[in-house]
Order: sequence, then structure tokens, then C-alpha cells
Amino acid sequence: MKNIELQKMANEVRKGIVTAVHGAKAGHPGGSLSAADMFTFLYFEEMNIDPADPHREDRDRFVLSKGHTAPGLYSALANRGYFPVEDLPTLRHLGSYLQGHPCMHIPGVDMSSGSLGQGISAAAGMALGAKLDGRTFRVYTLLGDGELEEGQVWEAAMFAGHRKLDNFCVIVDNNNLQIDGPITEVCSPYPIDKKFEAFNFHVINIDAHDFDQIRAAFAEARTVKGMPTCIVMHSLKGKGVSFMENSVDWHGKAPNDEEYAIAMADLEKIGRQLENAE
Amino acid sequence: MTVEEKIVKKIATRESYGNALKELAEEFPDLVVLDADLAAATKTSIFKKAYPDRHIDCGIAESNMVGVAAGLATVGKIPFVSSFAMFAAGRAFEQVRNSVGYPHLNVKIGATHAGISVGEDGASHQCNEDLALMRTIPGMVVMCPSDDVEARAAVRAALEYKGPVYLRFGRAAVPVINDRPDYHFEIGKGSVVKEGNDVTIVATGICVDSALGAAAMLEAEGISAEVINICTIKPLDEELIVKSAKKTGRVVTAEEHSVIGGLGSAVCDALCKSYPVPVCKIGMQDVFGESGSAAALIEKYGLDAKGVYKTVKGFLS
Repeated sequence: MKNIELQKMANEVRKGIVTAVHGAKAGHPGGSLSAADMFTFLYFEEMNIDPADPHREDRDRFVLSKGHTAPGLYSALANRGYFPVEDLPTLRHLGSYLQGHPCMHIPGVDMSSGSLGQGISAAAGMALGAKLDGRTFRVYTLLGDGELEEGQVWEAAMFAGHRKLDNFCVIVDNNNLQIDGPITEVCSPYPIDKKFEAFNFHVINIDAHDFDQIRAAFAEARTVKGMPTCIVMHSLKGKGVSFMENSVDWHGKAPNDEEYAIAMADLEKIGRQLENAE
Repeated sequence: MTVEEKIVKKIATRESYGNALKELAEEFPDLVVLDADLAAATKTSIFKKAYPDRHIDCGIAESNMVGVAAGLATVGKIPFVSSFAMFAAGRAFEQVRNSVGYPHLNVKIGATHAGISVGEDGASHQCNEDLALMRTIPGMVVMCPSDDVEARAAVRAALEYKGPVYLRFGRAAVPVINDRPDYHFEIGKGSVVKEGNDVTIVATGICVDSALGAAAMLEAEGISAEVINICTIKPLDEELIVKSAKKTGRVVTAEEHSVIGGLGSAVCDALCKSYPVPVCKIGMQDVFGESGSAAALIEKYGLDAKGVYKTVKGFLS
């Protein structure tokens, strides 16, 4: 897909995020929106997947280690055709299959996650499984920058580096904010890139909202042999919704009806701008 | 084999575990074994020696190991995760719950060095809480084999079963008590290993042998004890236990585990539902263990034949 098409789709994914969280009256819009371009690139460009056959054995795998940003994943999956976009507002409702955190019963979800630090280990296990059997699928996992405070992340990083899992790609959504405030004030995980380098990863720093850089990073990751790759993507929390951008208040809060209208108007405006730019 | 040879034959169930993994490796090509720098102690080293490419040492990082196993299971492997019970069920509890239990993945947890028979290492390494922890996870099968024969049968059953299984093994060599031609193992099925009428002793793990010894002492005094061996603590063979309780009217449970949440609690849960009778729970009485030889500790905490005998006598009088 061309960048403009990806941008348009990412905008649709953002609309789905806001709509899902508004429908749920709870959930995590900030970190979903910061990763929306990444979700879009993974599911519409990078990964070898088939929405008609979500369990195909040779598919690439994705684990959302920062599972609380499920609205971002669900919106990408819905827009990609795994399930109806119309189901997004049932998020977190009793009886809905769209659980508050990713669950393997949901079409397209490769691993249940949500307890921070655990997804990266499962993803490393999938990558190891491919290696053990000489299979060629790749495994991707997305972590939050606050999540890096979990010790298990570094157990998994040590393991993946030691095992030389070059079919494994860790992505860090570095939006600088966690629930209690800026990550530098809570318990700084910086320097993120140097830490992963020390754990024997090939590290690439990119702008999380620049599709040229995203595309180039994944292309580079595919050429790396003998070590896993970590893409540190520098992002804007709440990206796309004016009042949510770079605001820790919108880490885990749903917009009310009025705020929802403003948010959707913001995204409609971006959509029109993209139409005109084409 | 003569009767005397049978009596002296002892093997630690962790050894049985390592042997079983090796024996079953050809039949189950998807079987892989994970360890956390304890292969020599958990005896997965036996498997590692024969199948080095299928043994994954994760280093001293049990939480990650459980997660890696979960990931391996999603791509078709049958991982056995091995460590001491303290770390497999204790440290990595939440990983077992969320990464294995919740998605109901085909991961087997082979936990060795359970209970106070760990011995000299002391309380920090004597896990008396694992059965309680693992029982609470929905869909988790929990097994505690009593000897070599049962341990090897349990490993096979776990491999044939699709879903998460917790297997509890011990460090100390224990007598082989199930070496008989008609021995049959099935997940969820207990067995009456001695029939009796006056009291039922429901035991698991190393306490099955103690219960049999106690029953012999009671028999000499005219007390007829029925002994039930429960390897699968979850799902529990409730029918067998209730049937025996209806016959004897009194139940004693015996386990090398806290009396809170383990076999004793599971038996009480079952009896409460359909046939409440007085129950006496033998086990660790809400205390930590301590350093000492396995035999000395088992004696001190009343888990040997003499201890079980004394408690049953007290309960009946």
C-alpha cells in the first residue's frame, strides 16, 4: 500500500479505537492511538496473514504485550476483515467476544495478553518454535515504554538475544507517558535503545507516525541475521485526537458523548485533509 | 522380583519424570522440555542428554520460561516446563494463570522438589502451597504421583491430554508401591489401595506409602482403615471418596502440603456437597518447614506411617 492509503487506513483505525472505547465507556485510547500507525502497517503491509484463515499455520504472529491497548488491535483486525467493524462498540460489554484485554478466542488474536511483561515471553516462544522446526514465519510483539519496567521483559530480551531469534521483532511504543505520569518521573526505563543493544538486539529508532520510516525499519529487520530486532518507535500518545494528544489523562479513560463528537470531528478533518492531499 | 526386593526398591519421582520424558520423546515428536538452570536437579538432564536440541535451558528466569512455553504451545509444541515447585507454581504463578491457564494452552508444568522432603535446603525451597495455588486455576489438571510407576504413568497421561497440567514430583527416593500387573492410570481416577471399614485415609504423593504403613499398624489393633490413593487432585475422584465415606463415616486426609487448599481441602469440598462426615487433615499445619534430612522432617511433621497412625488413632478416639 502507498503511504497515503496507509495514512487513510490508520485514520479509520483511529476512528474505530475512539468508537470502541466510547462504546465501552472504559478502556485505553491514548496508547491505542499512539500505536495506530504501527497496527495499520503490521496488518495491512508487513505481516503474512489471511483474515479468512486466522489460524493458518504459516502465518506471521503478533502478540500485543501492552494488552491494554486492545482497542487499537481490535480496530486494526476489524478493518482488516477479521470481524465486523460494527462490533467494536461492544468492547468490554458482558457477552461480547471483544474482551477488555486480548483473548485468543477473538479472530486474529494470536495470544491472550494484558498482564504486562508476559506477551514478549510468549512471542519469544513462538519465534523459538519456528526456529526449532525450520519454519519461516516471523513474530512481532508490541510493548509499552512503561511496560519496560516489568522485570520479565528483560528476562525475555535476554532469552531472545541469547537464542539469536532473528525471526523476532520487538516494537516499543515510546510515547513517554504511563498511568502515573511521564516515564522519566515514575521509574525511567531510558536509555531504551542502549538497553536492548546490551541484550544483543539490533535496534532501530524511528518516528512512529512516519510510514517511510516504519517501512524501512521492517525491511531492515528482515535483513538482520543472528539477532532479534527492536524497533523503538517515538510516538505521540493520543495521536490524532486534539484533546488526547500527549495527555496522561487519556491513558485509560473513555470519552463522553460530547468528547466523542469532538474526537470524531478531529479524525474526520484529518480524513478530509488526506483526501485533498491525494 | 522377590517380595523383599520390592520393598527396598526406591526411586525419587523427579527421576521418574526425567526417565519418562526420555522414554516418551520418540512417540511424541512435539514434546520439548524447558528448564531454568536446574536440569541436573529436576532430572530433565536425562532427556537433555538424549535430545539436546529439544531441551531449552531458559536460565534462572522462571517467569519468562513459562511464557516461552505458552508461545511454543501456540505453535504446536508440547512443552514441559521444569523447575522446583517453589518457582514453577510460586514465583511464576501469575504467568501460569494468565499465559497458560487463561488461554488453556497445552503446557505441562513438571514441578520437582515439592514439599518438606526437599530436606536440607530448608523452608525457602520447601513448597507446601503449590497444590492450593494450581487448583485455583480454571481448567488446570493437578497431579501428585505417589511413586515411580505412577509418576511415569502421569507423564504419559499429561502428554496424551490436551490442556494445561501441573505435575508434582519429589526430591527424595520413595518406595515403589504401584508395581502390580493390574495397575491402571487415568486422569481424575483415584484407587482404593487397601480396603477397610472403620476409617478412610485419603492420601497423595509420598503420604500414600505412609497411609499404607499406618493402616497396617491400625490393623494390628483391630482398626480397619481404607486407604485411597489420589494422584489427580483436580479433577478429584469425588465419587470414590464419597462412596468410601459412606462406608466408614470418617475421613482422614494425608499430604505433604499445607492443610490449607490442598488435597484435604479438595476432599472437604467434595464431602460437603453430598455426604458431610468428620474430616481430619494431616499435612503442614499452617507452618513453614525447616532444614533437616527428608526422613527427619517427615517424621517431625507427622507425615510418616507412625505420624499418620497416631493422628488417625487420636481422631477415632
